[in-house]
Amino acid sequence: MFDNVWLIPLFPLIGFLINGFFGKKIKNEAVIGGIGTLMIFMSFIVSCGILLQMIGLPPEQRVFEKVLFPWIHSGNFKADMAFLVDPLSAVMIMVVTGVGSLIHLYSIGYMHGEEGFYRFFAYLNLFCMSMLLLVLGNNMLVMFIGWEGVGLCSYLLIGYYFHKKSAGDAAKKAFVMNRVGDFGFLIGLFTLYWWFGSNHNIWTINFTEIKAASHLLPYGGVVTVATLCFFVGATGKSAQIPLFTWLPDAMEGPTPVSALIHAATMVTAGVYMIGRMSFVFIKSPETMMVIAVVGAATAIFAATIGTAQNDIKRVLAYSTVSQLGFMFLAMGVGAFTAGIFHLMTHAFFKACLFLGSGSVIHSMHHALHKIHSHDDAQDMRNMGGLRSAMPITFITFLVSTIAISGIPGFSGFFSKDEILWQAFANPYHGGLNIVLWGVGALAACFTAFYMFRLVFMTFFGECRINAKAKSYLHESPLVITIPLMVLGFLAAVGGYIGLPKLIGDMFGGIPNYFEHWLEPVFALANQYSAQYAHHGAHPSHAFEWSLMGLSVVIALIGIGIAFTMYVQNKDLPGKFTATFPALHRAVYNKWYIDELYDFIFVNPCKAFGQFLWKGFDVIVVDGVVNGVANVVMGFSGIFRYIQSGYIYNYAFSMALGVVAILGYYIFK
Amino acid sequence: MLGAYLPILLLVIVAVGFGLCSLVFSSLIGPKKISALKLSPYESGCEPVGTARERFSIKFYLIAMLFILFDIEAVFLYPWAILYKKLGVFGLVEMGLFIVILFVGYIYVWKKGALEWE
Amino acid sequence: MDMISIPVVNMTPILPEIFLSVLAMVLLLLNVFSPSGKKSYLAYISFIGIAATAVLVGAGWGGHIESFSGAVILDNFATFFKMIFLLAAGLTVLISDQYMEREECNHGELYPLILFTVVGMMLMASGTDLMTIFLGLEVMSVSLYVLAGFNRNNKKSNEAGLKYFLLGAFSTGFLLYGMALTYGATGTTRVYKIASVVGQMTLPSANIMLLAGMLLMMTGFAFKIAAAPFHMWTPDVYEGAPTPMTAFMSAGPKAAGFAALLRILLVALPTLQIEWSQLLWVLAVLTMTVGNITALRQDNIKRMLAYSSIAHAGYALVGLVAGNGTGTAGILFYMLSYAFMNIGAFAIIILVSKKGETNGNVMDFAGLGFKRPLLAVAMTIFLFSLAGMPPTAGFIGKFYLFSGAVQKGYIWLAVIGVLNSAASVYYYLRVMVYMYMKEPTEEFEWTQVTAPVALALIISVAGSMIPGIVPSFILEFAQQAVKLI
Repeated sequence: MFDNVWLIPLFPLIGFLINGFFGKKIKNEAVIGGIGTLMIFMSFIVSCGILLQMIGLPPEQRVFEKVLFPWIHSGNFKADMAFLVDPLSAVMIMVVTGVGSLIHLYSIGYMHGEEGFYRFFAYLNLFCMSMLLLVLGNNMLVMFIGWEGVGLCSYLLIGYYFHKKSAGDAAKKAFVMNRVGDFGFLIGLFTLYWWFGSNHNIWTINFTEIKAASHLLPYGGVVTVATLCFFVGATGKSAQIPLFTWLPDAMEGPTPVSALIHAATMVTAGVYMIGRMSFVFIKSPETMMVIAVVGAATAIFAATIGTAQNDIKRVLAYSTVSQLGFMFLAMGVGAFTAGIFHLMTHAFFKACLFLGSGSVIHSMHHALHKIHSHDDAQDMRNMGGLRSAMPITFITFLVSTIAISGIPGFSGFFSKDEILWQAFANPYHGGLNIVLWGVGALAACFTAFYMFRLVFMTFFGECRINAKAKSYLHESPLVITIPLMVLGFLAAVGGYIGLPKLIGDMFGGIPNYFEHWLEPVFALANQYSAQYAHHGAHPSHAFEWSLMGLSVVIALIGIGIAFTMYVQNKDLPGKFTATFPALHRAVYNKWYIDELYDFIFVNPCKAFGQFLWKGFDVIVVDGVVNGVANVVMGFSGIFRYIQSGYIYNYAFSMALGVVAILGYYIFK
Repeated sequence: MLGAYLPILLLVIVAVGFGLCSLVFSSLIGPKKISALKLSPYESGCEPVGTARERFSIKFYLIAMLFILFDIEAVFLYPWAILYKKLGVFGLVEMGLFIVILFVGYIYVWKKGALEWE
Repeated sequence: MDMISIPVVNMTPILPEIFLSVLAMVLLLLNVFSPSGKKSYLAYISFIGIAATAVLVGAGWGGHIESFSGAVILDNFATFFKMIFLLAAGLTVLISDQYMEREECNHGELYPLILFTVVGMMLMASGTDLMTIFLGLEVMSVSLYVLAGFNRNNKKSNEAGLKYFLLGAFSTGFLLYGMALTYGATGTTRVYKIASVVGQMTLPSANIMLLAGMLLMMTGFAFKIAAAPFHMWTPDVYEGAPTPMTAFMSAGPKAAGFAALLRILLVALPTLQIEWSQLLWVLAVLTMTVGNITALRQDNIKRMLAYSSIAHAGYALVGLVAGNGTGTAGILFYMLSYAFMNIGAFAIIILVSKKGETNGNVMDFAGLGFKRPLLAVAMTIFLFSLAGMPPTAGFIGKFYLFSGAVQKGYIWLAVIGVLNSAASVYYYLRVMVYMYMKEPTEEFEWTQVTAPVALALIISVAGSMIPGIVPSFILEFAQQAVKLI
């Protein structure tokens, strides 16, 4: 089965080619959607096969490399089109193809009747292929191809409604911010390649070879430079401070896109990349600290913004940024397994939330359309009381909300609690640990608050659109609710494969399967970290229990506040904003980050660009270029003149050439 | 040494002698009736003096080229005929191929109508 | 009576040549015996024959057989080049029929002539005797003279044929003189024997006769590959010749010229490398610069591509100046990809131009991107590849050529090459600007894309892209091909 790994990216590629080239002619939505979904589902089946085979093997044999064909061999530089199958990539392909299949299925219903239906599925398949290349690549170049590919698809899909200016702008913003990050990625790649090559004559970009040679890397120094560059790449792709502002804008794309690309898969690429190169990142304590701090800061920062947004998808977008912050926090404190675990559970519940919101928007849109209202179908202030009209959507949405809020028993609790515990108990960051934990816990509190605020505003209370429209509200069709139910189920129980040791012990020693699964991948990183880890007294179990309890309490507090403000006492939010108008304005306007960037980067760049254009370019560069061009064109004219068309001129020039050549060599 | 070239010398003498004799005797014995046509260099009717940029029909060239092509065939056939026994079967086969190739060309030319004057 | 000893001849190395010659003769007869009218079936038979020959040639990969007492050889070098010729001929046959039909000069002789040209080129690639190479060159050239003037109703085509013939004969004189001098200096015409004789000379570079022989041969081949200052015929002939024939001439005979030049310089005269690489350095710079600069001002797209073809010969010469493994393998790689991209571009020109070779200006491509997006995309790929932009075959080819030069220390040559390549982007992009940013000037019926042309386009697009994306596959073959010579 391992040998067939190349099939996994191939199927979506086939889907892309069929729908891309013939979709316009096929026209039939069922066929187009069916092909798209079937292709990714086939990939899912192959992935399952690989996973099953891997489970059957002893841990040390779970690594397999498949060289498809030699790609670029030039001197020392060698890159193959090759795939790496190991427990980490197995988790990723399962998430990408599994969640991907569900979202493809969902899209058939959601995108029904949209113009360019085939275009959507073609892009979606292309995205899946790129994402699979990214996670399966055995060297940095294949990964980079995937990395760029998902960026491109993200751009295309955000701008899917390209007739809307805001969509086009959002697509451009995403692309530019990603490019800034990609630049960092490339610099990191070259730094590492150059360092290994010039110091140890190991010219490689292959992950396995880098891993084998990673003991040569020093602690800090060049590794810090390289890893920080890689991390810049990760902040771009995974929407972390400072490159996060594109993600909320990316909600201009269709909702399935938000679910698949901007929640479940692409945005986690940065986390995956750090996991893939954990043995390099761990060698730089400085980078680890930067990652942890940036992660924690992003988690709290995005969570605060999420509390004041009224657009249902924007709340979820900020929530995604915040949750990605948690993952980076985990990576930064050396809890790679916890980070990947949260990546997986987050993929389940966040995809479910996005798809649920899509279901709501779909229904709202339909209802508003029927009464010819131009109200915003995504604004939560227009919703309310949808619980009865859309029971399945409501229940799955609620389950996922509970999961993300960290209520015990649901998947989010296990992963998030593990991260918080590791933030507190990790042996790397000394006194900073308590701050990291505190910020994380506070962010968790905000998370519970804004998520339940969303649920209460959307599904509870009175319906705020007019009664006529209300009658048109209905539950979405099966093709939409089935993915919701599957994802909701996974959001509820997906966490049980990674039970914390503490809880596992309580139930008779159930092991943490997930941790054991990924152990061989991160073993080397843990070994390296021993160099600078300073283990203090090990906290007691009682202490761990109490921290766990505390985080549950924090979550409950968040929920409680939301309940008080949005169900019990609905005047409170208004009073609150009236009491602290400045604070509300700041949060509502996303802490003015976009304006800040405009002020610091965009406007000076524009001004500088203006100067370069009007001052430098037009006068100096154009002058020189046109001058050169005129001279060249002049020569061109002369050559044209020589080309007279007369044979005797041509023969003369040939004879002249021969005489000159012979003369030079004979008389020199 | 030079004796080997004696037959050639004899041949030259005979050839030159024959030519001279014919001219001398015909001018001595033959009757002379002079006319303008007879005095012109080419009795066939070509004007010896006139513009040099005269057009010839393309057919002349075509025939001339075809003549050269098939003439070369004869040039090749001569040495082969002389060495026929020494070359044996190999020579026969090679020459057969050569002629077949030329024959293809001949058929092509014929079917194309290049041998017809009008 | 003593028998003349007949050498044992192994026919295997020239089997493809024999096969194609017989096929060509059969087609010739078929043509005269069949009623006049459509000649498409001849194109199909030719294409199948070319494909069969390709199989025959491909089967010889890895072999190494000398025959005819060392006058002909079967080796990977010859095989690689033969594949290029067959490819060029195959694509040309595919795009010819529709064009010839439109121009009302659909004479059946076209296909036998193309096949004979291929036979000549093949002899050039596999010849290891100056006489064999010359024979091949003449077979190729004579057929090409006719092909260039094939459209009898078109004045420009007639002019092209005559010019090509006169200048070609002129250059052949130089070539033959060079061969004669080389024979005089070394006493043999066998390429491998020349190498050993020259190798034993005490100071070969002081042997004026040998030197002059080499230089004259080089000028002869410089004419065939259209290197400056022996390039003057190229624009006129390329512009006047029927477009499919222009495509063929720019890809096939150019590669054949390089094959013979590589064989003679690298096998027979490696001891004179300092001398010939010096001359080629100058020729390469001159060729690239003249080709690119003149192309900047061309409006007729065939003429523009003619100058671009001159420039490309210059790029390939850079690899020969280097003369090392990377450079020479780069030439092989480049000639192969150039066949794809150039014939592809000419195929599009055929589709855009109208009867009587009108509508062939850059301006006539205006709006192609909106009217025929697929054709425009294909053209974009060809132009990108010609300009040498990643990830196309043209980029990788140039990369290997220039890196070969850099490895040998010819930094300036590589720099001049890159600068030239940058300048060339201007005139390729100009076509694209017209395709995508200008409105079409007039409404007219587009030529229908027939199945053979579509097939040729698909092959060309694939051939312009795939070697750029997975270069090592083709390069491996090229490296093996130059290893043995």
